[in-house]
Amino acid sequence: MNGRADGRELILSRIRAAVASAPDVEITRAYRTSGVPPEPVDLVELFAERVADYRAVVHVVEEEGVPAAIAAALALRGVGRPVVPDGLPPGWAPRETVTDDPPLGPAELDAAGGVVTGCAVAIAETGTIVLDAGPGQGRRALTLVPDYHLCVVRAGQIVAGVPQAVALLDPARPLTWISGPSATSDIELNRVEGVHGPRTLEVVIVR
Amino acid sequence: MSGRATFLGMPAFPVNAAAAVQDSQLRFNLRKATHTIRGRRASVVAEVPDWAELRAAGRQIKDHTLRNLERYLLRLEEAVTRAGGHVHWAADAREANRIVAGLVRATGETSVVKVKSMATQEIGLNEALAAEGITAYETDLAELIVQLGDDWPSHILVPAIHRNRSEIREIFLEKMAEWGRAAPEGLTDEPRALAEAARLHLRERFLSTKVAISGANFMIAETGTLVVLESEGNGRMCLTLPETLISVVGIEKLLPSWRDLEVFLQLLPRSSTGERMNPYTSTWTGAVEGQEFHLVLLDNGRTGVLADEVGRQALRCIRCSACLNVCPVYERAGGHAYGSVYPGPIGAILTPQLRGTTSDLDASLPYASTLCGACFDVCPVAIDIPEVLVHLRGRVRHPRAERLGMRAAGWVFDRQERLTRAERVAGRLRRFVPRRLPGPLSAWTETRDLPDIPPESFRDWWDRTDGGTR
Ligand code: SF4
Repeated sequence: MNGRADGRELILSRIRAAVASAPDVEITRAYRTSGVPPEPVDLVELFAERVADYRAVVHVVEEEGVPAAIAAALALRGVGRPVVPDGLPPGWAPRETVTDDPPLGPAELDAAGGVVTGCAVAIAETGTIVLDAGPGQGRRALTLVPDYHLCVVRAGQIVAGVPQAVALLDPARPLTWISGPSATSDIELNRVEGVHGPRTLEVVIVR
Repeated sequence: MSGRATFLGMPAFPVNAAAAVQDSQLRFNLRKATHTIRGRRASVVAEVPDWAELRAAGRQIKDHTLRNLERYLLRLEEAVTRAGGHVHWAADAREANRIVAGLVRATGETSVVKVKSMATQEIGLNEALAAEGITAYETDLAELIVQLGDDWPSHILVPAIHRNRSEIREIFLEKMAEWGRAAPEGLTDEPRALAEAARLHLRERFLSTKVAISGANFMIAETGTLVVLESEGNGRMCLTLPETLISVVGIEKLLPSWRDLEVFLQLLPRSSTGERMNPYTSTWTGAVEGQEFHLVLLDNGRTGVLADEVGRQALRCIRCSACLNVCPVYERAGGHAYGSVYPGPIGAILTPQLRGTTSDLDASLPYASTLCGACFDVCPVAIDIPEVLVHLRGRVRHPRAERLGMRAAGWVFDRQERLTRAERVAGRLRRFVPRRLPGPLSAWTETRDLPDIPPESFRDWWDRTDGGTR
């Protein structure tokens, strides 16, 4: 079909003609960029507060307390066998788990009570967790289909703002930025938590 | 959804607005919603100390991209292709629809799930697919409400903003069964219950549909990455689960480098839903996790806008909808009056440029404004909407009534001192001002109550009292 090639050349030639006499513009980045040292704030505290603003459940624990915090959260939710991705630190997951090997089908994921993961980066200012499908996070569907997501964030993974996070992330990997549980503002612009993604997000921050 | 060609043949803006203003339920819903979100936006913008600098950078990045659009589009094409994706170019709506329908047909599927996308509404993709025997299921809650209600979207971000909770409940009870799983019995109008009904209605569809169609908020030329911001998780469902993903994206959605996201991921959520960050943002580069990926680059009038020195700034728009939420005309007239998928102030400058101004409706759109400038103040990429409106008014042949009426208004708002003088004159004459303006202006005053003219203008009061301190 040569309609396709024609469309391309047509659009490009229109663009050339349209901007031929337009001036170029210099980009000034006078905003707080990743190079600027952040204000001396406690990032763990700020992150915890901002995540909680989205009505996520937040815990701050010491390293040794992680397995117990996870076990308690799962027990409270009644999740007996959570889905766990490859590469989750040993000891975090409870004894009974569902692994993604061989890959779980959509129906199996839907039937799972919840999922436990780590993350790649977290952003204090916006209360955001970023997953990059790396070790301990799994492919994107794992944290999407189950109704409950428990995410462990290490203090060292928390950065101050969006520019710092963008600088650390690899665009070649599929990324999911998560700020609170699934929500909608479509009904009279009131925020309601819980539509298609996990209706409950629980975050365990490791100091 | 019925095959009705959205918005075509609608009467001019003043006629539509007049009907909308009569509808008190609509006005109430709109006012409540826009005021809620306005307040939220203001508070999350105020907590960002470098908002002005981010806004300046956002504007510059977009202008620079538009100036070098050819180079960056070619870079994007190369990067997407390298990452295993397929790139298609569509000069107009018909071409885009033909490409998408062909891609869907090639999969052998007859249904697709869709993530809310302005571009696919603009080209009437759902109707075009229906003509080919392919059913497109909208999955965004608001789009679902619009689709089930056989209705038109009326807001960029919240397309069903004109519906309140009890209307939504009725639509769900009446229509869900026709489209799939019926609404639960005893459904209440609690937002939580309505959201749950949507979750159940769409769950099975997400898990089984093989083809998805999306738009994108941003495309990164350097890396070939696409970016979608959303709230509900329906976007993630569509982007992640199906075997084939087709994204239809306007050519102006481009950003040069990955780093530029640091600006726009701050500007957009705060301007749009008034949140520090939207619940979910997905980014992907080419074909990922075994998926087949097609990108359809859409012109459909954009290069025409690009050629207009004043009007091209409209292409900076990131569709946040902040300008709708502060617009006094939008608040009273509603989104449908604009007769396009792009309502409000941005629609008033974008639609006539994209579609041309041959119809009565499109020719009247540059007049759907009081030029108060609130839209410019909130715009995260600093589009001077009043400037473009005035520019388009000068260019457009339009109905005589609006021409006469608004030429006067344009002149009055033209210069500071003229405005000051006009306010004083109006103040002095206020007891003579009728409820409706006569002659050519009646088309406008028929659609709204004339605001009361204060005895003293704000500027005079400010000068006299030294800002209220005296
Ligand atoms: S014109 Fe500006 S304020 Fe309006 S939707 Fe576009 S970016 Fe947002």
